[in-house]
Amino acid sequence: MLLSLPALHLQTSEHHPLFQLPHGRLGPWCSPTGSPAPLSCETGCGEGSWILVCRLLVPTQVSLLSMEEDIDTRKINNSFLRDHSYATEADIISTVEFNHTGELLATGDKGGRVVIFQREQESKNQIHRRGEYNVYSTFQSHEPEFDYLKSLEIEEKINKIRWLPQQNAAYFLLSTNDKTVKLWKVSERDKRPEGYNLKDEEGRLRDPATITTLRVPVLRPMDLMVEATPRRVFANAHTYHINSISVNSDYETYMSADDLRINLWNFEITNQSFNIVDIKPANMEELTEVITAAEFHPHHCNTFVYSSSKGTIRLCDMRASALCDRHTKFFEEPEDPSNRSFFSEIISSISDVKFSHSGRYIMTRDYLTVKVWDLNMENRPIETYQVHDYLRSKLCSLYENDCIFDKFECVWNGSDSVIMTGSYNNFFRMFDRNTKRDVTLEASRENSKPRAILKPRKVCVGGKRRKDEISVDSLDFSKKILHTAWHPSENIIAVAATNNLYIFQDKVN
Amino acid sequence: MLSKGLKRKREEEEEKETLAVDAWWLDPGHPAVAQAPPAVASSSLFDLSVIKLHHSLRQSEPDLRHLVLVVNTLRRIQASMAPTVALPSVPNPPPAPSMDDNLLASSDAALSASVASLLEDLSHIEDLNQAPQPPADEGPPGRPIGGAPPSLGALDLLGPATGCLLDDGLEGLFEDIDTSMYDSELWAPASEGFKPGPEDEPGKEEAPELDEAELDYLMDVLVGTQALERPPGPGR
Repeated sequence: MLLSLPALHLQTSEHHPLFQLPHGRLGPWCSPTGSPAPLSCETGCGEGSWILVCRLLVPTQVSLLSMEEDIDTRKINNSFLRDHSYATEADIISTVEFNHTGELLATGDKGGRVVIFQREQESKNQIHRRGEYNVYSTFQSHEPEFDYLKSLEIEEKINKIRWLPQQNAAYFLLSTNDKTVKLWKVSERDKRPEGYNLKDEEGRLRDPATITTLRVPVLRPMDLMVEATPRRVFANAHTYHINSISVNSDYETYMSADDLRINLWNFEITNQSFNIVDIKPANMEELTEVITAAEFHPHHCNTFVYSSSKGTIRLCDMRASALCDRHTKFFEEPEDPSNRSFFSEIISSISDVKFSHSGRYIMTRDYLTVKVWDLNMENRPIETYQVHDYLRSKLCSLYENDCIFDKFECVWNGSDSVIMTGSYNNFFRMFDRNTKRDVTLEASRENSKPRAILKPRKVCVGGKRRKDEISVDSLDFSKKILHTAWHPSENIIAVAATNNLYIFQDKVN
Repeated sequence: MLSKGLKRKREEEEEKETLAVDAWWLDPGHPAVAQAPPAVASSSLFDLSVIKLHHSLRQSEPDLRHLVLVVNTLRRIQASMAPTVALPSVPNPPPAPSMDDNLLASSDAALSASVASLLEDLSHIEDLNQAPQPPADEGPPGRPIGGAPPSLGALDLLGPATGCLLDDGLEGLFEDIDTSMYDSELWAPASEGFKPGPEDEPGKEEAPELDEAELDYLMDVLVGTQALERPPGPGR
């Protein structure tokens, strides 16, 4: 349910939550007496100052209405949203992405639907409402398909959404399921023509014989309507499941990657694509590695990276050859012999790779860590952050229940100073690269009071459990935060937990 | 049938049940579940991986990443278990849950072979499906990408059963059918054990008395094959 926030003053916190870094180290910014440190205005991960802006439930019925009856989705927003006490499978959010200005936030779900939220406009009267996001548009992007040759269903789940930079009044985004990428145009209409000659006001055709005069239709204002139309469908290019799409900095091309191949597309051409990476072995019995993620460099339109299930990252230059099977750079960290196990390969499998906004670094997420790599150094990452190292001794159980195969994403903040990723028990983690501080927060309904300040969480690894800590064995592994997003320029984050979308912002904001 | 060496579903379910009941390896305190990597993997980890592999392969469209990771892990485990795998019927020292010895007997070679053949089939299916796709009109540098996804479910399409029936199986079917029932009116009522049927029929040596059940069966078979034989278009 969309929380309506009354105009209120931001609460000053009664106590300043102490950050507990792993292994019990206190951050240097906490004075020894325990009195609250002054709030600073630095944009870091914030000193315990993340507050809940709103918790959004993706509405189930809206899409049907808006597609069939052209009802203004903004009106539906307030009257039809229901608080689901259970999540239907189709409502599970599978991807979250801010657009380039942060004004829009798109989510895709397992049911093939895309819901776009728009930021509330700033107004003098309700200054505290700024930062809220409301439903802007909802549409069914992908339908379940049936492959008759194989007798297989093709899942409609949206794997990824990527926005195009805005070039005119309309918004464009790419959405993809396992097999097909679609380009959607989302545009507003607030005027409609009236006064047709051949149609009457209800749209019925007039008998031409009855028309005695001609008039020019005029545009009259109407209630705002947001419509989404599919402009391109890029299909039949992937034998395996698409895991990534990435828009190139030339804004003319984009790439789509599946388990074994990466294809380059031109936005204008849907009936062909160029294969730029192919790691399929001639003999499938020799298959030992798959592609797990891929992304274009934010500024160099000839450069991209892709990650693999063996924990390697390859940087490729499309100028070198048409088929980029030979990488330009190869990033791999040598295995730590003290941490070797039968599960070493599985936990080294990279689930997400992201360029920093500057283009100087790449960040990778494997099962237990997030790593930051300098593009100029291939032999090891420059930074490694432990997300949930306490799981290292539980790998066998996590292998048994398949949790070890979960694919977590990771994101940079706008200034590349903080990185964020999800974990289990609806926890998500932020790491400040400059101060080396980190924090664990929870996206849960219990903390869902509007404007409530999030309390940092801590997992107890053994020995005495302190009062507010959670022991590893109490963690709920069915509640996983796989998808998060960070506003491009502000400290606003979106966290997807099953069918809930949480939006938090830095209190300093 | 997925491949040689793999167990059929029912037995797999039994094994899975057995493992679930006696899930001692999940106990992190158990000596066999070491926090430091054991020099030799427990056989139950091996079995667990095999079950995962089976489960993954049974999907209509297997998750390739999951499959590859499980296979690689299984190979690692097998490599460390090499000395014990050579004697498939001897269970490993840690008391494994009561297992069907056949699972351990699907040793390195058989498993690799079955996985390999499955992966090979994946590529065959892909090639098969790409063949009929018309190439897109395009310039030199591009490569048309077509083809439906490979799937292990489609292995059935390539199976011998289908081929037999449609290609040369009809001849074989007729061979087995005793058409002596059509000749029964010509026979002398007092049979002398001779069968005056067509010479190329294997025929039955016993008296040409066909009971009702056999007759019904033969009729069914004939009607069935005739249905297959009937060409599309106006009736025969």
